[in-house]
Amino acid sequence: MSEVTTSRRAFIGISATAAAATAGFVALAPGVKLMDLAQAHADSKGASSKVRWGMLIDTTKCATGCSDCVSACARENAIEPGSGRPAQSSQWIRKIELKEKKGGHRELSLPMLCQHCANPPCVDVCPTGASFQRADGIVLVDRHICIGCRYCVMACPYQARSFVHEPLHNQNPEVPRGQGCVESCTLCVHRVDKGESPACVESCTHQAMLFGDLNNPQSEIAQRVATVASSQIRADLRLDPGVRYQGI
Amino acid sequence: MAANANLVVYRELANKRAFWLIFFLCGLFVAGGFLAHLTMEHHGHVITGMDNRIVWGLPHVFAVFLIVAASGALNVASTASVFGKSIYKPLAPLSGLLSLALLTGGLTVLMLDLGRSDRIIVAATEYNFKSIFAWNVFLYTGFFAIVGAYLWTMMERRMNAFTKPLGVAAFIWRLVLTTGTGSIFGFLIAREAYQSALLAPMFISLSLSYGSAIYLLTLSAASAIDGRPLGEAIVRRLKNLLATFVAAALYFVAVFHLTNLYFTRNHGVENFILLDGGIFTGLFWLGQVGIGSVLPLILLLAPGVSRYRILIACSAIVIGGFCQMYVTIIGGQAWPLDLFPGFLASSSFFDGEIHGYAPSIWEALLGLGGVALAGAIVIVALKLLRFLPERMDDATLDPSHAKANAK
Amino acid sequence: MLRLAALVLITLALSAAVNAAGVPRPVIDIAKPGQCIDTPEVMRRTHMDLLKHQRDKTMREGERHSKVSLNGCIECHASKQNGSVLGGPDNFCQGCHSYAAVKLDCFECHQPKAGYKAAGGKR
Repeated sequence: MSEVTTSRRAFIGISATAAAATAGFVALAPGVKLMDLAQAHADSKGASSKVRWGMLIDTTKCATGCSDCVSACARENAIEPGSGRPAQSSQWIRKIELKEKKGGHRELSLPMLCQHCANPPCVDVCPTGASFQRADGIVLVDRHICIGCRYCVMACPYQARSFVHEPLHNQNPEVPRGQGCVESCTLCVHRVDKGESPACVESCTHQAMLFGDLNNPQSEIAQRVATVASSQIRADLRLDPGVRYQGI
Repeated sequence: MAANANLVVYRELANKRAFWLIFFLCGLFVAGGFLAHLTMEHHGHVITGMDNRIVWGLPHVFAVFLIVAASGALNVASTASVFGKSIYKPLAPLSGLLSLALLTGGLTVLMLDLGRSDRIIVAATEYNFKSIFAWNVFLYTGFFAIVGAYLWTMMERRMNAFTKPLGVAAFIWRLVLTTGTGSIFGFLIAREAYQSALLAPMFISLSLSYGSAIYLLTLSAASAIDGRPLGEAIVRRLKNLLATFVAAALYFVAVFHLTNLYFTRNHGVENFILLDGGIFTGLFWLGQVGIGSVLPLILLLAPGVSRYRILIACSAIVIGGFCQMYVTIIGGQAWPLDLFPGFLASSSFFDGEIHGYAPSIWEALLGLGGVALAGAIVIVALKLLRFLPERMDDATLDPSHAKANAK
Repeated sequence: MLRLAALVLITLALSAAVNAAGVPRPVIDIAKPGQCIDTPEVMRRTHMDLLKHQRDKTMREGERHSKVSLNGCIECHASKQNGSVLGGPDNFCQGCHSYAAVKLDCFECHQPKAGYKAAGGKR
């Protein structure tokens, strides 16, 4: 066991000090902002509370009818339509089309996904602690202790959670999912931990989605949030979502 | 008082034919419920009417109704031990039994509907203490322990001295328990149909009326099965109590909707439930208000009440109770979340749409299985143990009443 | 608790097998055999603890570089025949678990096959 631990420590030496690992990083994630990554892995061990992963979605760039992010999510996380009714299939990300009721009937299109709240109601209501928040703000479901009570689905103000209604096969090994548990967008945590960005962000050809560390003032997302007007959905609930929207 | 208690003789059910008939019938439905559970576990919830918008369906309607009624079924015992009405004392053991049976039935349905019911051990070992669900796990198990001990002190003469303190404990516990059940819905921040602290006292008042109605039905059935006399005076008292509870429940329902009607942001959901929600509006006005509240109030309070009328009223309350749970649980989910106030929303995930629900046979079987399980527990306990007095006529229950009549 | 239950089950199953002398020991087909973390004897007894410990580390703390990893096990120990640790009495996980009569719950959610390529964001 101790041997395992030592070799693991040696292996995890991905930090600013380990030159080889850093080089590996550059190769691993070309084009991803290194500043974010350096900070994310500053203390070398996975999720850090210094980081708050978030997303800024520019609704003025998001195109009506485009669902590239939705299909990228499905491909990456191996989400297939189920055999039942459409409402029984999982949707980690969906496009919402909006039309203002009054005035000029302004139309908007935007992707809706788990908002990775700082104060997530799904985590509050979960009886077993299966819904949890990582130190870096990503909200996940621990499927090992999820009993499938669906209280979190009731509690989520964003309708962001899905319940797996039937047996699943062909999962991505890095994205385990299965019957009887609740699931939602993981912010592609398996990619983020490798220094990549979520599949939806990568797929967006309109550059409407920006991913990064909200806590790092040098990051592009933090600078954009500091300079342009953006809003959180249902900000009145004071849940402090990590996903922000521009142009609503 | 002590002399009175000594006069009451408790007996097991004598009618074997009725026992086997009821036991077989209940057993049939319990088996049906179990079959439904196995089928749902094998295929997943895809075979049910539930989906990602209506995540809690018919099983929850049954389960929450049974759990709420369980707390109310304890009324007669509480009245006897907490409020010192000794006339109810001989009827208290049945009250405790019914309460435990209903809770068992309700919780079984709830557990067997879980996505991973095989992980029930996880629910009992891993806790998130911020979750009202986790609190409820303790409230339910605590209720079993307290009411179990309470029953023991009632039925074991040497323990009678502890009946009062345990009765008080059980009374407080069940108020907390129903507060917890109501708060499962009350603590949901974003659902317009819920998110109200009023749901807790409303559920308590509903529990009082559902539990009393089921108690009266069970008591009448038990007395009829064995030909045990049941006094007019005691039935009249129970009926008056029941009428008070129905009125109290109606009051809370009225205040709940009036509050929502005053808040402009809740006009949409109120309009949905009260005016154009189709099945939900129908179930609310006809089921919950009409059959479940107004009709029983008339039947119970109009002059010249008969035993028959009381039983109709009790059945109407139970039917109304199921309608209420359906409107509260399913109706509350059918109404969409408003993510973007001021906008019309549409999506592949049914944003902005009122969602339909058509329960499958499996959900119905599972729910009925829970009811049958409660019935089976009651009938087996009545057959094996001395829960019910041999005579329940007014003279046995209340000697002072007998003396007054003799004069 | 779980470990105890598993041990009891394994012991019972083994002793039953010895007594009956009828249940053949599984012959496991492994695509890339070899010792990775510890000897087979140690791994047989401790793999569930190692995996459980690491699953919480990986999932809750994002520590993804451990040698102890379910996906890592599967990558090498999947069978040559069907590329999976499940499928029949020759397969690594299923073969031993059915021999020891221990319920295997991992693959309700996890991918039992080796060599999966995630599609990623780009088409």
